[in-house]
Amino acid sequence: MPYLVYSDEDRAQMLAALGLESVEGLLGDIPPQLRLQRLALNDGLSEQETMDHVRGLAARSRVYPDRLSFRGGGVYRRFIPAAVAAVTSKPEFYTAYTPYQLAASQGTMQAIFEYQTPIAELTAMEVANASLYDGATAVAEGAMMAVVQTGREEVVAAPHLHPEYLEVLRCYGDGRGFRVRVGTSPDQHSAALVVQQPNFLGLLEEMPALTRAAHDAGALMVACVDPISLGLLAPPGQYGADIAVGEGQQLGLAPSFGGPHLGFIACRQELVRRLPGRLVGEARDGGGRRGYVLTLTAREQHIRREKATSNICTNHSLCALAASVYLTYLGPDGLRQVAEISFARAHDLAARLARRPGFELAFPERAFLNEFPIRVPDAGAVLGRLEERGILGGLRAGRWYPDLEDVLVFCCTELNDPAALDELEAALR
Amino acid sequence: MVERRYSETHEWVTVEGGTATVGISDYAQAQLGDVVFLELPKKDSTLDAGASFGVIESVKAASDLYSPVGGRVVEVNEKLTDSPELVNRDPYGEGWLIKVEVGGDLPPNLLDEAAYKKLTEAS
Repeated sequence: MPYLVYSDEDRAQMLAALGLESVEGLLGDIPPQLRLQRLALNDGLSEQETMDHVRGLAARSRVYPDRLSFRGGGVYRRFIPAAVAAVTSKPEFYTAYTPYQLAASQGTMQAIFEYQTPIAELTAMEVANASLYDGATAVAEGAMMAVVQTGREEVVAAPHLHPEYLEVLRCYGDGRGFRVRVGTSPDQHSAALVVQQPNFLGLLEEMPALTRAAHDAGALMVACVDPISLGLLAPPGQYGADIAVGEGQQLGLAPSFGGPHLGFIACRQELVRRLPGRLVGEARDGGGRRGYVLTLTAREQHIRREKATSNICTNHSLCALAASVYLTYLGPDGLRQVAEISFARAHDLAARLARRPGFELAFPERAFLNEFPIRVPDAGAVLGRLEERGILGGLRAGRWYPDLEDVLVFCCTELNDPAALDELEAALR
Repeated sequence: MVERRYSETHEWVTVEGGTATVGISDYAQAQLGDVVFLELPKKDSTLDAGASFGVIESVKAASDLYSPVGGRVVEVNEKLTDSPELVNRDPYGEGWLIKVEVGGDLPPNLLDEAAYKKLTEAS
């Protein structure tokens, strides 16, 4: 058997069948300006020379120490216990493409089940799926559940939902035929109200009141929550949300340029038939022994086809495993501690910054957890001054919100130690 | 004995005193296999004859349900929410799906027992 599966002849035959001249022709639908024409790399370099060159390029990237990064905006630096990698790096988990043959994959099935369980507990929902890609797609999938459930064609997104989540939601809506409106007053046309807690600026939303507004209009409440915040805040199930979604990156995953991350989604039992993606259940075999199975698969795309909520078939198993280990390792008390430390540091920082001349909290009447918006005299100058001292300052809110031009959103996690806060304050003096 | 009529899409209907009862045929339930979920219309919604009114999901397929008759839905079989298997066990009895208020005669294109039997034997 040939090691290289496609010979030139095979390729020529396939291209001829497609009526194309070259493999390049397959990419014709991608606009040329989006395609990489050529790598800026000299021809004929040895492996060693290439590595030197690439390392040189990488060295030009500015990498801030975790303790001196005060930027969040959806992705957060957190302490990741070594226990996480000790489990996720096991070859049985790390090298295998998620195997779904039950008889051969009980370990994988159990790992997914052990992820679903704490997600359901954390959100106070009855059922969680095996994970999705990220927070943005989880929001969109949650909205689609509501659209299918209610038969309505509009989704209302609260202001200051993560702007990139909003974009993804709109993108899904285009394909699926639902409109997205920004606001907080759902009506008889609305399938769902989507609210992020805390919101993109770090501020807390009135979740019980918003949930009532959704339900009064006959819409579902989709709560997009920060999982660490649930160490302190009421979980979505408690205030009556129907669907809980969110980004799970903080649960044991590195920021790593924005992915792969982890989308989680959980719902009430009545909505389980609408829940997209894989779902693992615990079962007993004929001999009464415990086993794990893919359950309720008939609701999924490969059986329900175009009538399914979603065409998602995959999940982020390894990332879900990391989250499962992280949550298990910390336990409820550990999670609360992480949330409390982050809360305390952020409030300390907010108080210190607000004392500086020209600095004032952008929404002084609003509560926040570990991320807050603060108005500064000149956002660019403040960030520049911090950069000179090796500190990554807050996120510029003006990039998305014109009315928040000189507002920076600062974030603290447990990694921003008290000395780091001192350094930040000193840099602004 | 009320006469049962069938649609070519394997639903059945009986009419008694202006109310039609709709279900799926024994042949249909056998072809679908174990029914696990049904999506049925809400009470008081209005159906058009021949239009899709819900979805039936089995362990191997999800299929649209088409109403043999038009009219207002007066009752939905609530028992199926917790026991969808009734459709398999007793498709012409406890496994009925909806009751519809109908005026006038049944649409002429429905099949009688013999014609439906012929249809299923042909397929």
